[in-house]
Amino acid sequence: MAATIAEKIFSQRCGRTVRAGDVVMAPVDAAMIHDITGPLAVRVFGEMGGERVYDPERIVMLFDHQVPADSIPAAENHVFMRRFAEEQGIHNYDLLEGVCHQVVMEKGRAAPGEIIVGTDSHTCTYGAAGAFATGIGSTDMGFVLKFGALYFRVPESILVEVNGTFGRRVGAKDLILSLAGDIGADGATYMALEFTGGAMREMNMAGRMTCANMAIEMGAKAGIVRPDAATWDYVTARREIEPFDLAGDPDAAYRERRHYDVTDLAPQVAVPHNVDNVVDVGEVAGTKVDQVFIGSCTNGRYEDLAEAAEVLGTADAFATGVRVIVIPASRTEYLKALRAGIIERFVEAGALVEAPCCGPCMGGAFGLLAPGEVSLSTSNRNFRGRQGSTQASVYLASPATAAASALYGEITDPREV
Amino acid sequence: MRVWKFGDDIDTDAIIPGRFLTIYDPAELAKHAFEGTRDEFAKEAREGDVVVGGSNFGCGSSREHAPLALLGAGVRIVVAKSFARIFYRNAVNTGLLPLVCPRIDEIRDGDAVSVDIAGGCIEANGKRLAVEPVPGFLKRIVDTGGLVAYAKNLDEVETCSTE
Repeated sequence: MAATIAEKIFSQRCGRTVRAGDVVMAPVDAAMIHDITGPLAVRVFGEMGGERVYDPERIVMLFDHQVPADSIPAAENHVFMRRFAEEQGIHNYDLLEGVCHQVVMEKGRAAPGEIIVGTDSHTCTYGAAGAFATGIGSTDMGFVLKFGALYFRVPESILVEVNGTFGRRVGAKDLILSLAGDIGADGATYMALEFTGGAMREMNMAGRMTCANMAIEMGAKAGIVRPDAATWDYVTARREIEPFDLAGDPDAAYRERRHYDVTDLAPQVAVPHNVDNVVDVGEVAGTKVDQVFIGSCTNGRYEDLAEAAEVLGTADAFATGVRVIVIPASRTEYLKALRAGIIERFVEAGALVEAPCCGPCMGGAFGLLAPGEVSLSTSNRNFRGRQGSTQASVYLASPATAAASALYGEITDPREV
Repeated sequence: MRVWKFGDDIDTDAIIPGRFLTIYDPAELAKHAFEGTRDEFAKEAREGDVVVGGSNFGCGSSREHAPLALLGAGVRIVVAKSFARIFYRNAVNTGLLPLVCPRIDEIRDGDAVSVDIAGGCIEANGKRLAVEPVPGFLKRIVDTGGLVAYAKNLDEVETCSTE
């Protein structure tokens, strides 16, 4: 019987055919907890009578939201989580490796066909590896830590077929922002987005992660990129696993089939204060910015930093009066950029380069905005107050648009630089 | 008991901003609920008040601090035209009852409100408005008093069982 990728993953992991709409207690292949939502999950695990976690090998722990500790309570959370990891024999990446979603991917903790949960809404990022990955709350995670399983409603899927070739300095972030504008902030609630098509096959893993990452911004439970040779190359380089086919069937019961062509797509910008408030860059070009943030689980990879550096070119400095904050998504990505000379260029041009963490996107650690200030950010949310004052404004865009805007101190079309 | 009416797409950053996420105690979180968005809420919300939102209530971050902050403020029921998925589930798990009501446009901020859960309706602004019940397995969690109480009674779960 024809099935979507989400239906196939749940059917395979449950050992029998399940369909969209079925509610199933499914096994969890990996569970990610971090410094903000992890402590509550651990407490709930105890309240549920949990003594030993179901399988320490399947739990990924790390700290990324408040690192290095920005307050005494944050430091206490880290100590609390370290102690739990030690007691339970969980490998803890601690604050050394970077932003959770990047780390799960680059350490090979996500693979096609797996069911993965994390106490972070952007857990859907691992759909780039062909996994069914979704964000859950701390109480659900307490349940997962104890039982290694969780109730899921198998979601309906929207097929998103993307074709065409991106223009110069236009890419994955522009595509996913344009989709958010089109589908809307709740247009995919409770559903899975299944990405396929020629433009997705041509897209590198960094771009696919950007797309899967922002599925939640349309309300989706998961965003799954149909695995192909690039997926398997990425995954098999990181763990031992035999490749297999995983694709939605052409006659599967998709809720909807959407077709996009990226050939004429302009750089996109999400304007305050909703992610689905999306316009072509030209409509907001000239808007003055006080801060530019290049980083996050959405756009903090080497490819993103390289894209920004290419726009920076040989320019001496970013615009006077603009704070440029660059945060690589992980230690690995940081080193790649460092060795390629990209970090040096950013520092020369006047950027503040911080160690891998969530940075301003966490809205509490540092890099906050004052009332009336404007930020352009490569992250995933521009909600009122997300990066500081509720009277500040956040625009979302690609690394190329961010770099162009940092150069001129105002929102700038990267194709015109 | 009054209605606190909000618009569409109320995100969890609005319910509880990121800088308060090291707090886990509901009463302490409640002091910062809707801070910067609607400052009087934390001061004036009373036990039994009802938060009413538009569509996509609770979108954004998976932070369970959001339902906990509302619970700490004395809110036991949230009514909205629709809910974001993670918030909906977190609410059920923590004992905050999320009710879907297609006719929330007829409810005004500050209305006196009463909720008849068994009867499946809310009364506000002199009107009785039907609410949709919590579906399937989530209802069982609500009836047990949240996921912690539900899980306490389980030694193990039967993986791959369906409802």
